[in-house]
Amino acid sequence: MQNDRISILFQGMRDTLPLILAAIPFGILFGAAAISQGLSAWTTMAMSLFVYAGASQFIAVTLLASSTALPVILMTVFIVNLRHMLYSAALMPHVSKLKQWIRVPLAFWLTDETFAVVSHRDIVKPGAPGWTSYYLGSALAMYGNWVLCTWIGMTIGQQIPDMTNWGLDIALIVAFVAIVVPALQQRADWACAVTAAVTAVLCYDWPNQTGLLFSALLAIAVGLMLDPKTATKQAPHHE
Amino acid sequence: MSNSLFIVGMVALTFIPRYIPFLLAGKIALPQWAKRALHYVPIAVLTAIVSQASLIQQGAVQFDIANHHLLAASVSFLVALTTRHMFLTISIGLVVFALARWLL
Repeated sequence: MQNDRISILFQGMRDTLPLILAAIPFGILFGAAAISQGLSAWTTMAMSLFVYAGASQFIAVTLLASSTALPVILMTVFIVNLRHMLYSAALMPHVSKLKQWIRVPLAFWLTDETFAVVSHRDIVKPGAPGWTSYYLGSALAMYGNWVLCTWIGMTIGQQIPDMTNWGLDIALIVAFVAIVVPALQQRADWACAVTAAVTAVLCYDWPNQTGLLFSALLAIAVGLMLDPKTATKQAPHHE
Repeated sequence: MSNSLFIVGMVALTFIPRYIPFLLAGKIALPQWAKRALHYVPIAVLTAIVSQASLIQQGAVQFDIANHHLLAASVSFLVALTTRHMFLTISIGLVVFALARWLL
């Protein structure tokens, strides 16, 4: 049983590898950028250790450098993180069986990447055992990598080339493609995906990733309108 | 506002939206439509991220063959559609991207 849990944990780590690769340049860039913008080493590490949210950390550093008022920065951070509320809502059926104390670290470690990998497992192996171990494997690998890369960026970031233009983010793109496509099974799924893809491009220049949030919500609404199960609820005479 | 207080604020505002649904899971019963809506979350959000990450380059929409991200994403989409194989989809996507950078 213990061995099963550990092997599932490693499976979670392994399935997250392409996403870890894609995160490395950004972790290093964050460490280097924070230091060069005048943040202390302590503040920089504290952000990666305790905030642990890539987009929010970059926004905070950029806004701090432009001396934006702190309450405005905090408000922005909150808006950027609303997307993750959708993730944790989507995982509620799994989490409802877990003890309250474990829900705290699981929520803290919830990222785009871990959500993607965990959702994919749910699509291809619905009801597979060891959900928590798998989640923790993915989350710990992402977290360890992010903290380590921040530290590397902080200490030797100025001496190494900027890796963000190497295009390693392609690993995230193709991994997400591999994760989403098997989920496209019904007409409503496809309509949802097409809506998300088109809308996200149309509102790419909205501030603070609100374009992403808006396209996601619109796409969910489209999926729901065409959803076969919701439709039968509304028209019981079909049954 | 001191530095430490600012960090505490960031921790709270990052953590709270992630935690509220986890806290409530099992305590509240979601209506049927909400349960169905949650089915579309991964499709909607991940597709939106892929779409922006592959089509927007240097802050503008780039819809042509010179956009290697888009090329690799399109090929991996076709591979995923025909094989539904995760490892194959990712590997071919990465190889196409590397080749495009090297050759085009």
